[in-house]
This record gives sequence, structure tokens and C-alpha cells, in this order.
Amino acid sequence: MFPPAPNPPIAPTPAKFGEKDLIRKSASSITPASPRQTEVAKLIDVSKCIGCKACQAACLEWNNLHEEIGTFNGSYTNPPDLTPASLTLMRFTEWVNPETDTLEWLIRKDGCMHCEDPGCLKACPAPGAIVQYSNGIVDFVHENCIGCGYCIKGCPFNIPRISKVDNKAYKCTLCSDRIAVGQWPACAKACPTQAIVFGTKDEMKNWADGRIKDLKSRGYQNAGLYDPPGVGGTHVMYVLQHANTPQIYAGLPKDPTISPVVEIWKGVTKYVGFAVIGIAAAAGVLHHLVAGPNRVSEEDEENAEKLTGSDRT
Amino acid sequence: MTNSWTDIKNTDLVVIMGGNAAEAHPCGFKWVTEAKATRGAKLVVVDPRYTRSAAVADYYAPIRQGSDIAFLNGVINYCIQNDKVQWEYVKAFTNAAYLVKDGFGYQDGLFTGYDESKRDYNRTTWDYQIGPDGYAMVDETLQNPRCVWNLLKAHVALYTPDMVSRITGTPKDKFLKVCEMIGECASPTKTMTSMYALGWTQHSKGSQNIRTMAMLQLILGNIGVRGGGMNALRGHSNIQGLTDLGLMSNLIPGYLTLPTEREPDFPTYMASRGFKPLRPNQMSYWQNYKKFFVSFQKMMWGPAATAENNFAFEYLPKLDVPAYDVLRAFELMKQGKMNAYICQGFNPLQAFPNKAKLAEALGKLKLLVIMDPLETETARFWENHGIYNPAEPAKIQTEVIQLPTTCFAEDEGALVSSGRWLQWHWPAGSPPGEAKTDVWIMAQIHLRLKELYRKEGGAFPDALLNLQWNYKDPHEPSPEELAKEMNGYVVSDVVDPNDPTKKLLEAGKQVAGFGALRDDGSTACGCWIYSGCYTEAGNLMARRDNSDPGETGAYAKWAFSWPANRRIIYNRASADINGKPWDETRKLLWWDGARWTGYDVPDIAPTAKPQDVGPFIMNPEGVSRLFARGMMRDGPFPVHYEPFESPVANVIAPKVRGNPVARVFKDDFAQFAEVASPDFPYAATSYRLTEHFHYWTKNNHVNSVLQPEFFVEISEELAKEKGIAQGGWARVWSKRGSVFAKVYVTKRIRPMLVDGKTVHIVGIPIHWGFVGAARKGFPANQLTPFVGDANIETPEYKAFCVNIEPTTGPVA
Amino acid sequence: MSGKPYDVEKGDGVHRGHPVTVDRYTLAARINHWITAVSLILLALSGMALFSPQLYFLTALFGGGQITRAIHPWIGVVLFFSFAGLFIRFWKANLWKSEDGTWLRRIRDVLAGHEERLPELGKYNAGQKFVFWGMSFLIVVLISSGIVVWDQYFYPFTTIEQKRVAILIHALAAVAIICVWIIHVYAAIWVRGTIGAMTKGKVTGGWAWRHHRKWLRELVGRRTTRTPAE
Ligand SMILES: Nc1nc2c(c(=O)[nH]1)N[C@H]1C(S)=C(S)[C@@H](COP(=O)(O)OP(=O)(O)OC[C@H]3O[C@@H](n4cnc5c(=O)[nH]c(N)nc54)[C@H](O)[C@@H]3O)O[C@H]1N2
Ligand SMILES: Nc1nc2c(c(=O)[nH]1)N[C@H]1C(S)=C(S)[C@@H](COP(=O)(O)OP(=O)(O)OC[C@H]3O[C@@H](n4cnc5c(=O)[nH]c(N)nc54)[C@H](O)[C@@H]3O)O[C@H]1N2
Ligand code: HEM
Ligand code: HEM
Ligand code: SF4
Ligand code: SF4
Ligand code: SF4
Ligand code: SF4
Ligand code: SF4
Ligand SMILES: [Mo]
Repeated sequence: MFPPAPNPPIAPTPAKFGEKDLIRKSASSITPASPRQTEVAKLIDVSKCIGCKACQAACLEWNNLHEEIGTFNGSYTNPPDLTPASLTLMRFTEWVNPETDTLEWLIRKDGCMHCEDPGCLKACPAPGAIVQYSNGIVDFVHENCIGCGYCIKGCPFNIPRISKVDNKAYKCTLCSDRIAVGQWPACAKACPTQAIVFGTKDEMKNWADGRIKDLKSRGYQNAGLYDPPGVGGTHVMYVLQHANTPQIYAGLPKDPTISPVVEIWKGVTKYVGFAVIGIAAAAGVLHHLVAGPNRVSEEDEENAEKLTGSDRT
Repeated sequence: MTNSWTDIKNTDLVVIMGGNAAEAHPCGFKWVTEAKATRGAKLVVVDPRYTRSAAVADYYAPIRQGSDIAFLNGVINYCIQNDKVQWEYVKAFTNAAYLVKDGFGYQDGLFTGYDESKRDYNRTTWDYQIGPDGYAMVDETLQNPRCVWNLLKAHVALYTPDMVSRITGTPKDKFLKVCEMIGECASPTKTMTSMYALGWTQHSKGSQNIRTMAMLQLILGNIGVRGGGMNALRGHSNIQGLTDLGLMSNLIPGYLTLPTEREPDFPTYMASRGFKPLRPNQMSYWQNYKKFFVSFQKMMWGPAATAENNFAFEYLPKLDVPAYDVLRAFELMKQGKMNAYICQGFNPLQAFPNKAKLAEALGKLKLLVIMDPLETETARFWENHGIYNPAEPAKIQTEVIQLPTTCFAEDEGALVSSGRWLQWHWPAGSPPGEAKTDVWIMAQIHLRLKELYRKEGGAFPDALLNLQWNYKDPHEPSPEELAKEMNGYVVSDVVDPNDPTKKLLEAGKQVAGFGALRDDGSTACGCWIYSGCYTEAGNLMARRDNSDPGETGAYAKWAFSWPANRRIIYNRASADINGKPWDETRKLLWWDGARWTGYDVPDIAPTAKPQDVGPFIMNPEGVSRLFARGMMRDGPFPVHYEPFESPVANVIAPKVRGNPVARVFKDDFAQFAEVASPDFPYAATSYRLTEHFHYWTKNNHVNSVLQPEFFVEISEELAKEKGIAQGGWARVWSKRGSVFAKVYVTKRIRPMLVDGKTVHIVGIPIHWGFVGAARKGFPANQLTPFVGDANIETPEYKAFCVNIEPTTGPVA
Repeated sequence: MSGKPYDVEKGDGVHRGHPVTVDRYTLAARINHWITAVSLILLALSGMALFSPQLYFLTALFGGGQITRAIHPWIGVVLFFSFAGLFIRFWKANLWKSEDGTWLRRIRDVLAGHEERLPELGKYNAGQKFVFWGMSFLIVVLISSGIVVWDQYFYPFTTIEQKRVAILIHALAAVAIICVWIIHVYAAIWVRGTIGAMTKGKVTGGWAWRHHRKWLRELVGRRTTRTPAE
């Protein structure tokens, strides 16, 4: 058994990380403090998950979120998608394994992956609206958020959602407020089967190794850890029975990277844009210096007067 | 549970059949994940639907609801045919060798002694041959054709893999695969645990479903051992406690029974209770019955219960019928014979079958009292909610009184888990508004009734007037006071007969356990099996020491487990006949030459010699029973019977409709669909979803978000046949009612081939109604039949017939 | 050259005098133009604030990031409609003519201010037409891409991949239109006497003679034909 989630200390504990531990800050340049904090990670073992949604309920409760009561829409996935109030969501997929022709009910807990190289942060135009702590947690700072939705475009996992109420972006915080005081994320704490465990990233990888061995012994030859290198690895990882085809888990991307379109938009476009505008302006100034103003001459006026017959009056 | 939740981590094979533990017991399910993760245990799920449990299973086999006995008899047959038997265990610890009376027989679905007019058996032939010494006769060689083993072998021979597949719809290869996995556990060093609940109980032969698996577990040698057992996953967080304290109308606390009309006096009553041993040297624990009973009476009536008045035996009601179960109560209500009803933490309009009948019955009451923290449908049965509750208030004269109570999180006390653990809990919040604890409300009712009787007299006021009520605050007995009564205390000093100066028991002290209880009135005890929970050492239920020597999963110092803090019952069977553990790596108890020692409290006298006394001390034989004698109303061996509403006739006994001794009220028979009725061609079942707890979490916003709206589940094949769209609306109806539901077209339900015929399954979650935060919907019980199990009257919620058609949704 | 003098628009007119004055824009046209101009400037400022962190401070002009984000697209809508007004007014005069080709080929002379080496022009020269059509095209691109990324109202209608492409196109088009605008404004400044066209609505006859002689001739001719009695 993985050592269970710690219980809260009675006395208030000072936060273990904060402003000084930022390694990234949207639309800002910062000098990260060295050394880095130990990287943390949440491991979601899909093969242990029973889809009970305790995690989803815990997330709603801990974060004091008010989700709407929806309708049934042909699946146990409720609400049907992440929302500003549902920072995590159990996604259910009925999948027939083509090799064995047996049904598998794949249940994946969707939510922010806390990418090491976060596309959301890259895309965000508002200084400090998205930050990354040196332990890997990617957090949204709502005071700074302007609700532009660029983070949605930047995210390779389709995670952030903009609230219609306050026009700010919301996503899983990895319960940074809890982790800061030595707690597990609320979802991990609520999980009855230890399908969600929490610890340092190394611990999680080791623990995952054991799980993968167990799964392989049960015939899941492609069992593996989902820690996609395309985004520098993530601080939320999955143990998947079929790690070779993550897409079957309700569209988990196979090799997620920050979209090249986003890279161009947030990269070369900026430089080229400024350059082109600068050149245009400079060309004007230069031209003026060289060519001087284009003035109407007396002759021109006279010609006009002649044409109109003004000269005759 | 014979074992405990934490013990499941010790198993090699988990069989979830007749339940859906991941869905209905997510927290307990962690021990299954634990067994899988750390022991490499396998999980098999057998269920009509591919469930959340199946989602994490190693193997899933479908089964048509109501056919588990055929399946399990088939597994027993497989084990016998393929020598997958734990022989030493079977020979030493079961009644395999016992000889059965010659008059006993079975044919075409019926045992000897059936009386069709009474729908009952004369069970006198269902017993052992008794030798001249007064003991049951046995043939240790198992050669005698009348020995239980040979009768069993013949009885299950019919259930070949082909026959099983024909009846159950389980493909033969899948059935055989399950057999193979189960068969491996016949080894003394491999155990299997059975986790079950309503998929087995909620049938007209529910008790026999469970019994069949118990027999299989005995054959595999899995009872009494770590990682084995028959593990009933109980329902409400304290339903185990409620059952222990007399949920059944024919019981008093600790599974003692109420007298019947045929037992008008104490000696007659006792004559059929303190069983004599059926084998030499045997210990029959029920011989202590009188101690428990008398102590109970003393707790109830204190000084008014004396040896002279047979400890107030008179005060107990005498049953005129076998039981006043809920079905009977509503039947009586409907007939106008029951006029007042108190619903305490119960929402029968939602929970019991055939809502239309229930609503009619409630409307005939003069008085309905509801004690509940929340608004319930039952409290609002008279209110018109359009199609969802088409009541006509003007026509209903019932007076309804709602008394708001606290809920579990607002009061203190013990909850008893499925594993028999009494765990004390403390309030997490204070009750809102005018809510009062159940105890306070009941104390008020009690005190006022007492006052009325005192003033006005009555037919027989003694039982009430003399009821002992010694609480510090008579208006609100404290949980501690009540717990202490349950544990039992000494009424008057008991001295050592050899040394009168030595007090064995001192008046006013808590007893240390039920071993101290006496039948002379010197002790009092509310529930003998709980004795030991609150002793002079304090409240043992409040213990939170999670040390676990040997990592056995016993956690002996965590809370209190009845009986006697024993974690695994029949644990003496974890060692062989000589007292040596079957499996050294999983040892629990062993005989050290002089006494039983180990990690658990022995379920036997600590010095009882292993070869002398059998492990099953609650049976006068000392062994467990593959042949149930007359203990079950519907037969000593399990037989496959179809549900009362079934898409097919019973293959093995076409003439027998349902369980031949299940109780059916006359009017209800007319409300069952015919066997294989073309009007109701689909096999329906009802069940739970993790997101909701019955009918009351729909009052909670978060739960309602997670599962907002009523739906039914059908296969892609049936959806196509009927033209029903994913997420679209359908109407589902049975002979008793009709509902509108959204439809979940799923691969998790597949049509089954039963006796050559395609049978479609319709799955119906139970959670919706017309009260609460979630969308209004219908309860499954608008559709279900009013018939109960032959032995304990649990309604047949799990197998009935319906029809379905696409529609555009309800018009309110 | 025959046929209808389409370069002449309603409101254009010549007034004799010293100097001659020529009506180039009606009051309505000028208001229309300045609404358009202000919108584009606000759009550029608000857009650039989001375009680059270095310019994020510009959000202060609008009362903060949230408001900047919220009003930018609305200003875009204003721009679109007001430009549509300009378009309806001016599109005919901006149609391509044979002399525009010649003008373009002699772009060196244009830049050097050697008006005399250029052909006689209608109301607009090829450069202005380029600005006109460039603006028209880019505004259509900007509004369509802008709507795709206007998540507050239009989030569900496109995929995230489409939005990514759209925001890139939007940013590129924004850069382009800003450049076009710079050209436009610079031209107005460089060619002295032009600003008055959009402020007072009038230019001098000399200005018209020098830069748009054909247009001036048409105006004069039209007046003659209209009032033969004079
Ligand atoms: N979330 C949640 N948990 C609960 C409850 C709740 O309401 N919600 N209720 C609690 C209570 S009171 C109880 S009693 C327990 C009940 O716990 P369970 O018995 O596990 O729950 P059910 O969902 O009623 O039924 C279990 C399964 O039986 C299957 N089944 C139906 N008929 C048959 C059959 O003939 N054979 C076999 N093999 N399977 C069959 C159904 O498909 C279903 O998957 O749950 C408790 N836990
Ligand atoms: N078709 C079909 N029907 C079924 C079943 C099925 O599987 N299928 N399952 C059956 C089973 S196993 C069960 S257990 C029943 C469940 O049926 P019920 O027990 O009637 O269902 P609950 O909704 O749990 O009702 C319990 C009530 O207790 C109240 N309550 C909670 N705490 C307290 C308290 O401290 N004091 C008091 N006084 N009240 C309290 C709750 O508010 C709630 O209204 O349904 C049965 N009906
Ligand atoms: C500060 C900014 C601007 C200034 C100083 C300015 C100035 C002028 C001037 C002086 C003219 C008259 C030119 C002539 O008649 O030859 C003109 C015309 C015009 N301007 Fe602007 N302008 C500005 C911004 C804009 C913007 C943002 C747009 C459109 C998006 C625009 C569209 C036009 C159009 C369509 C004409 C008519 C000429 C044509 O059709 O080619 N202007 N502008
Ligand atoms: C015509 C209608 C237009 C619409 C509907 C529109 C809409 C948008 C929207 C929705 C955004 C995202 C930020 C936000 O929500 O505020 C945006 C960004 C932007 N817009 Fe526009 N816009 C329009 C026109 C313009 C114009 C004319 C310009 C240029 C002058 C412009 C320049 C920009 C820039 C530079 C950005 C930021 C791009 C980036 O961050 O890379 N927009 N626009
Ligand atoms: S919506 Fe997203 S990208 Fe825009 S400011 Fe807020 S966090 Fe940054
Ligand atoms: S998953 Fe998306 S939202 Fe989360 S850190 Fe990565 S890019 Fe940002
Ligand atoms: S880590 Fe916290 S915020 Fe994230 S899903 Fe879990 S409970 Fe929700
Ligand atoms: S709480 Fe755990 S088991 Fe339940 S759905 Fe969430 S991850 Fe799965
Ligand atoms: S009642 Fe609550 S704590 Fe208990 S098993 Fe169910 S979900 Fe878990
Ligand atoms: Mo239950």
C-alpha cells in the first residue's frame, strides 16, 4: 500500500512555496531562484480507478465550486465536459479491445496535467496570470487574468475554461494551497482505491514502475506511464493499461506538444510583427528626410485656376 | 461478513457476483485493489451488466439475472467432477459424511414434502439419520449413497456446463474459465473471497443464492481462513447494526427469536432453542441461549423480570404469522388492517416494490409519522407532482406528521460495518433548525405513551409501564448509556460457589463479555453479540489503534468486532484437523499443544482439543452444512428457480413457477407478467450508481451534479431493434407501472442467448423520484413486483419483465 | 476617354477662386472616416497590448486587462461597420484604371515627388487604391478571424485548432493593417494639403491639379456640362 495521505496538522503551517519559488510567469521574464524545489507529481492509475467520482466531488467541495445540475447525455461522464466549476472530470469510454474482442471500460480522470513546459503559460498575454512553481505546479492567478482564452489555445490538453461569471480562466490548481501546507490534493485524498497518489515526481515514477509490472503480468503488454516528453513531462501522470494508444482514453493526446501554430504565434510572429511595423514607420521617416514634403506649387494653383476659369474673373 | 473488509487484502481470488462492490462499496473496494496490487490477486466479476467492478476485473462473465444458482451449482459440479475439492477440509469440517434420512428426495424441482395448497414443505424428512446413541450417523468413507456428499453430487450433476449456459446465458467458455479460476482455490494455500450483496439477496430465492456460494466455499476450504469467507456487503452504513439489533420483525437483538403463538410459555419456547450437540464431544454454542435471553429480558424490564415470572416472558409479543415484514405491512395497510405507520429513516414509497400499490396503501392510513432529516417522497406521497406522482390530495385523508431528525454526522454512537466492526463516531456538526436526535424523539414518544397508559390503563400496560428507563436524562438517553446496556452489566453480585468470599461478578460493573452472562437474572445485556464492546476497560468501540501484528489485516485493537472482538468467524477452520494452519504464510490460529493461539480471538473454547471439537460451534454438529437440514424453507440443497417474472420457462423444471415456497399475496399474483410473455419480453433489473445513495442524496447538490437525471441502460442491439437513440427518451413499462427515462445505449449490456432464445436486458438505476435537487424522475419501483424471498422476504427487485419503446419524453 | 465620369462622387465640386477650392469629402464622409480611424487606432492599441507583454501597459489606457480584452472586439465591430460605410462610398473611385499601371511602373518618380512625369490621375492614385483594397481585405480577415477567437460569444463554434490558426492569422493581419495604416497616414502627411481633405473636406485646386488632374478635369467638365448657360 502506498503510504496514505497525511492528515492536517492542527496548528497553521507556513506555506512551503510561494512567490520566490516561481520558475515561470506568463508574459514576464523572471530569474528563478536556485535551487529548484523537489518536483512533485500526482499519479493517476487508470487501472485502479473505479470511476466513483469521489475525486470529482472532493474537488468541487474543496474548491467551493458550484457546478450546474445538468442532464443525462448518454454516458456516465457528468457534466459532459470540463467547465470553470468542474476542474476535473471522470471520462468514461467503452472500448472494445481489437486484439481480444473484449470490452474495456476506460475511465480517465481528466484535468490539468501541470506540464513542465506549459502551453497555457506560453500563450498567456497577461503578466503573472499563469505561474509555475519550481516544484512543477502550474497555477492560475486570477487577479491577473483578463479572460482572453489564450491559455485554451496554448494548452495541448484542452484544459482551461473561462467562467461566464467573472471572465477568468479556471483549471485544476493541483491543490497548490493544500500542497503548500503538506497535504495531498483533495482528489487524491478522497480516492478510495489509491488510484490517485501524490508525492515527488521520482517517487511517483517508481511507484508507477511497480504498477506497470503488475499490469504486464496480467497481460497488458503495453502498460506504461504517461509522462509525455513533448511538453517536458507532466506533474500529473497516468498509468495506462494501453500506453501505446493513449487516444482511446477519451482522446488523451499521443504525443502532445505545444501546437506549432502556437509556437509561431507566440514566437516568430512577435519579432517579425514588430520588425515589419518598425520598418514601415522608419521607411516613412527616412523617405521624408530624403524626399522632403510633396508640396503643391504656385504653378499648380494657377493651372487649376486656369482650368476652372477662375483666372478670368 | 464472516471475515472483514481489511482481510480481503489477503485473498488470491475475489469473486464479485451478486453485487457491484466498486460501485456500491467504493471505500471497502480498496482492499480488493490492495489484494490485486500487492498479492497479485485476481478479480472475477459475474454480473448481467459490465459494471464499474468489471472495469477493474481480470475476468468478466455475463449472467442472466436470477440464474446464479444454476451457475454456482454448475461450478460445484465442475469442482466435484474435476477433483477441485479441499478434501481434508470437506471431510473434517463439513457434514459431507452425514447420512440423510431415507425419506428425503428431490425430483423435478421439488423436494419431498411439498404441499401446493400451502405453498410450503413438510420438512421432517430433511434431516440426518440419528443413531441409537442419539447422535447423527456418519460414513467417513463417503461411500454410503445416503451420505450428504453423494446426494450433493447427484443433485448438482444436472448442472453441466452446457446446461448452465442454456439457463444462465453465460457463454460456455466463459463459464468454464470462471470454473477454472475458482477451482484453483481448492488448494489449501489458495483462497478465494466471495463479495456479494443484492444481486443475490433480492430474488425470490435470495437466501439460496448465498447458500450455494457458501457451499462452494466450504468445498474449496475457504471458510474461516484469511482471504476467504462469505462476505456480504451490507447496505446503509449501519444496516449491520440494525440487523444485529432486530431488523427482522421475528427477531430480538443478537439473532434471538421472538416466540410464536405456538410457544405461549417459557419452557416451550426454550425447548426448541438450546440445541443439543449432534456429535459426541461437540460444543453447541446455542446451549447458552437461555443466558442471552434472560439477560436481554433483565435489560428490558429490570426488577420486573424475575425468575418467578419467567423473566417477563409474558411481555414479549407472540407472532401469529412467521413475520411482519414490510411487504406484509403494506399488504395489511392496503387491506385497511394497519392504520398507523412510523417511518424512521425509511422512504418506502421509493424503496419498496410496486409504487402504485404502496401509494394506495399509504392513502388508507389514518396516521403516517415520518422521522427524517430530509424531505422524502413518502412524506409527500399525497402531493400531486404530475406524471411523477399523480396523487389526488383531495381523496387522501391520511394525517402526515414530519418530525425532523438529525443525521448520522450530527450525532454520536457506533456504526457497525459489514465486517461486524462497531466503530464509534463523534458528531461532525450540529443539527440545523428544530432537528432532534432519533433517541430524543423516541424517548418523548415513550414517556408520553407511558403517561397515557398510567392514566388510562389499557389492555396490557405492564410491558410498557415496567420497561426499564434508568437514564440520567430520561428525555434523552445518551449514546454511552445505551451502549453500556448493549454490552451488559452485572445486576447482582455473583460469588464463587467454592469460595463465597470471592466475588466473581460485582453488581453495577460492566460485564467483560458474553461469557459472563448468566441465566439466573444476575446479569443484564441488551445484545449478547455486542457484549465486550463497552466494558470496565471503557469504550472499546472508540479505539483507534491501527497496529497489526503479523500484518494479518486483523487490526485487533481498532474498534470492536462482534462477537468477542473476533475478526474472522469460524477461524478455527483456518487450521487443519490437528490445528496446523493450512497455509503457513497466512496463518491465523494454531494449536500450540495446549491451547489455541494466534492473531485472532479463537472461535472455539481456547482449550478445546482440535480433533474433538468442530470449528462450527454454532451448529450442534460442530461442522458446517452442505446439506441444510430443515433450516431453509425452500430446500436443503439449492435448486434453480426462475424469477416470478421471467422471459423463459424453467429449463430444469418447466412446471414450477418461481420459487415454489416464496410467499405471494393473492392480488399480487394477478399483477405478474406471464412466463415468456410477449407483452413484457425484456428481462429488467434494478441497481445502484456510485453517485447516489438511494433516494436521499438527490437532495444534495454535488451528488445531483454527478448524476443528474434518471436513465435506463440497454444494449446497442435492443436500441437498434427499437429505434431508440443514444441519450434519447424511452418509455419502459411493466404490468404494474410505466416510467419515462433517458436511455443509455451501452456496450456494457449484451443480449443473452438463453435456452436458444435471445433475451434482452434492461437496466434500471433506482435513485430518482419527485423530491430533491436532481431532475425529477421515476423510481425503479414503479415497475417491480411485490414478491419476496422464501426465507426472509426480501423483494425480488433484481429480476422482472418489462417492455420498452422510444418516445419524446414525459409531458408533465 | 468617354462614358460616365465615375471618379466623381456625390458631393465633389469645384469652386472658382484664388485659390480654387475643390470639395473632396462631405461632412458625412469625413465623420465616417474619423470614426473608422479612431476605431483602428484603439484596436491597434488594445490589440498590441495583448500582442506583446512589452505593450501590456497599454491596457491601462482602457481601464485594465479585462476591459481591454472585452472591448477590443466590440471596437472591431464598430470598425467593420464604419469601414463598410467608407467602402460603399469609395469603392467605385478605387477601381483599377489603365493609368494606375503606368503610375505604378513609375513608382520611383512617385517617391521622388516628380508628379510631372506621371500620368493624369482620377480621384485616387494607385497607392491610395492599394491602401483602400488592402484595408478592405484585412478588415474582412480581421473580423472573421477575430470572431473565431472571440470566446466570450463564439467559443463553441470552432475547434481549438481552428482558433489557434485564427489567432495567428489575426495577429498577422493586424500587423499588416498597421503597416498599411502607417503608409496611409504617412502619405497623407507627406503629400501636403491632403489632411485638409479629411478635416475640412476641401483641397485646393492646385492640389487637385497636381495629384488628381483627371478628377479635376472631370469635375470642371461636369460643371460645364451641367450648367451650359454659364
Ligand atoms: N453508491 C451507493 N452505494 C450503496 C448504496 C447506494 O444506494 N448507493 N446502497 C447501499 C445498500 S443499502 C446496499 S443494500 C448495497 C447494495 O450493493 P449491491 O448489491 O452491490 O448493489 P446493486 O447495485 O443493487 O446490485 C449489484 C449488482 O447486482 C447485479 N445483479 C442483478 N441481478 C443479478 C443476478 O441475478 N445475479 C448476479 N450475479 N448479479 C445480479 C446488478 O447488475 C448490479 O450490478 O449498496 C450500498 N451502497
Ligand atoms: N428496485 C429496487 N428497490 C430497492 C433496492 C433495489 O436494489 N432495487 N434496494 C433496496 C435496499 S437494499 C434498500 S436498503 C432500500 C433503501 O431504502 P431506504 O432505506 O428507504 O432509502 P434511503 O433513501 O436510504 O432512506 C433512508 C432515509 O433515512 C434518512 N436518514 C438519514 N440519517 C438519518 C437519521 O439519523 N435518522 C433518521 N430518522 N433518518 C435518517 C434519510 O434522509 C433517508 O430519507 O431500498 C430498497 N429498494
Ligand atoms: C490617423 C489616421 C488617419 C489619417 C490621418 C487619415 C487621413 C486621411 C486623409 C487625409 C484622407 C484623404 C486622402 C485623399 O483624399 O486623398 C484619407 C482617406 C481615406 N482614409 Fe484615412 N486616415 C487615417 C486613418 C484611416 C483609417 C484607419 C482608415 C481605414 C481603416 C482610413 C481609410 C481611408 C479611406 C478609405 C480614405 C479614402 C481614400 C481611398 O478610398 O483610397 N483612414 N485618410
Ligand atoms: C474587426 C474586428 C475585430 C475583432 C472581432 C477582433 C477580435 C479580437 C479578439 C477576440 C482578440 C482576442 C483578444 C480579445 O478577446 O480581446 C483580438 C486580438 C487582437 N486583435 Fe483584434 N479584432 C478585430 C480587429 C482588429 C484590428 C483591426 C486589429 C489591428 C489593428 C486587431 C488587432 C489585434 C491584435 C494585435 C490582437 C492580439 C493578437 C495577439 O495577441 O497575438 N484586431 N482581436
Ligand atoms: S484567460 Fe488564460 S491566457 Fe488569458 S489572461 Fe487569463 S490565464 Fe492568461
Ligand atoms: S495541461 Fe494545459 S493548462 Fe495544464 S499546465 Fe499543461 S498547458 Fe497548462
Ligand atoms: S488537485 Fe485539487 S484542484 Fe486539481 S483536480 Fe484534484 S482536487 Fe481538483
Ligand atoms: S476517486 Fe479514485 S477511484 Fe474514484 S473516480 Fe476518482 S480516481 Fe477513480
Ligand atoms: S458510504 Fe461513503 S465512505 Fe462508505 S463506502 Fe460509501 S462512499 Fe465510501
Ligand atoms: Mo440495502
